[in-house]
Amino acid sequence: MSFDWNIITDFRVMWQYSFFRNAFIAGTMIAVVAGIIGYLVVLRRAAFATHALGHTGFSGAAGAVLFGVNPVYGLLLFTMSTGTGIALLGPRAANRDVEIGTVLAFALGIGLLFISLYTGYDTEVYSILFGEVLGISSSQVALTAEASAVILIATALIYRPLLFASLDEDVAEAKGLPMLGLGLAFMLLLAVTISIAVQIIGVLLIFALMVTPAAIAVRLTRRPAYAVLVAILVAVFATWAGLIIAFYEAPPASFFIVTIAFVLYVAVRAAPPVAGLLRGVGTSARRRRTAPGGPSTSSDSVGILGNQPGQRPLEPLT
Amino acid sequence: MVNEGSVTGIVAQRTEGGPGPGSPPFGRGPDFPGPYAEIIRADHLEVGYKGKAVWREATFDIRRGEFVAVIGPNGAGKTTLFRMLLGLQRPLSGSLRVFGAHPRRGNRKIGYVPQRHTIDRETHIECDKLVRLGYSGTKWGPAFSIREESEAASRALQAVGASEFAHKSLGSLSGGELQRVFLAEALVGDPEMLLLDEPLSSLDLRRSRDLVQLINGLVRSRNVTTLLVAHDINPLIQCLDKVIYIANGRVATGSPESVLTTESLTALYGVPVEVLRDSRNRIVIVGGEEGHGDENP
Repeated sequence: MSFDWNIITDFRVMWQYSFFRNAFIAGTMIAVVAGIIGYLVVLRRAAFATHALGHTGFSGAAGAVLFGVNPVYGLLLFTMSTGTGIALLGPRAANRDVEIGTVLAFALGIGLLFISLYTGYDTEVYSILFGEVLGISSSQVALTAEASAVILIATALIYRPLLFASLDEDVAEAKGLPMLGLGLAFMLLLAVTISIAVQIIGVLLIFALMVTPAAIAVRLTRRPAYAVLVAILVAVFATWAGLIIAFYEAPPASFFIVTIAFVLYVAVRAAPPVAGLLRGVGTSARRRRTAPGGPSTSSDSVGILGNQPGQRPLEPLT
Repeated sequence: MVNEGSVTGIVAQRTEGGPGPGSPPFGRGPDFPGPYAEIIRADHLEVGYKGKAVWREATFDIRRGEFVAVIGPNGAGKTTLFRMLLGLQRPLSGSLRVFGAHPRRGNRKIGYVPQRHTIDRETHIECDKLVRLGYSGTKWGPAFSIREESEAASRALQAVGASEFAHKSLGSLSGGELQRVFLAEALVGDPEMLLLDEPLSSLDLRRSRDLVQLINGLVRSRNVTTLLVAHDINPLIQCLDKVIYIANGRVATGSPESVLTTESLTALYGVPVEVLRDSRNRIVIVGGEEGHGDENP
């Protein structure tokens, strides 16, 4: 089989293979959930906690493989207990790098022990680390669907308080929101999302689905609802494109997913400076033509606590 | 801040017949709904952390529509007072009543602007959304209609003169603009009391004055009782009805004229402090304030 640029025909061919169907369906559900939870990860500055949860999940999965259990159960056990621990450290989990790092190192040590005791094929371990998207079974698809449904429903129920608590912790607390409960709910949602996303992308590459799409989204829109939508679209696009390319090419799908997400991220990060540079060139040319003290073309990069000289004066007060 | 040295200056001028509340009728119950109803009453209040007192023996009352400055050195326990009023912390002893009841978390009558927000340059969310969350962020379940919250948010943003940057990103605002948005977030539920923790701390003198004028306008037009924590009384003194001066583990309360005197501040600090007034009735405080600690959250 070869790629012939007729994407519909190509897709029909791919769809005949059950491994592709399973990967496509599970991957889509995971991308949707990862886009939503990923937005909250970026908002709560919980990228390191996400990283740590993924890695402790590896130890859980390795333990499950050692004892002949489905790795996803080991993943769920370890990510959920680590997530609970991080949540109990307090609402400012983002400032808990040292504690999280300490637990992370210990958990990886246990993972190493499990691997050294395991005498089977190391492809199992490899697929946990990097994902094995084309090896997803129908029962894994069903489990992914159930987990995704739980995450979607739970998120819909707590979305506004969680957003408020993530954005403005002190006011949310004063308004009576249960901060510890919300932090715990978020970590558990994150743990379940990571546990199912590992099938596609592996623990080492989890950022590509959990963080990068949302990091792209927050640079494209200032509205949370749109940002969640963009994060979903980016994650789904990267997953679909990765799966389709991997169908024809030798490198695994997770490589393509990570690369597509990264290229989009770089493009979004590079676009404003490049545009600013182009604008700046035009502006300085215009400035030279106009008298000094003309309209300021200050960018939107005014410091948050400073009062920069180029700042627009406030309008008259009541 | 100018009033932090050994020779300090609280230099300001009371406007003639300033915007005081008149003479409040005493002896009314806390449920009296009139313009001077008691909003806060503290009786021999002692507060602190883990059994260790930060300040004690505070007895004062705050009435409806009063604009009150909470002044004192770093670590004196100004923020602690707010945490008590918000129901986030309990008194060690004595009693504190807010709206005639024990303070409780989630009181919708209180709008709060904390000192430290988790918002910085990397917060890519529009201002309007923060204000809307101030209105409906405590509601569970999906939002089926956002019209009401959207209208409330634009009213609040308009009231603080922030409509023009309603759709700008929080991370792109200046300190003064951000404080207005926080004020809108606090105002959005039409609270009866505002607690503003150091809103002036990051602003230059002119923007400080602008914000004080805005807040004073809100206090007077809405009759909303307002407590404002500040290091420096300079930008505020013309607008104030009352001062809560916390220092040296003690609290002095009353009108600016009665608190900002040589006798009152000497008694408070326990070291000689002199309050001088010049020919234009501006106040200068000399002496006192030694051994500042760090700000206590």
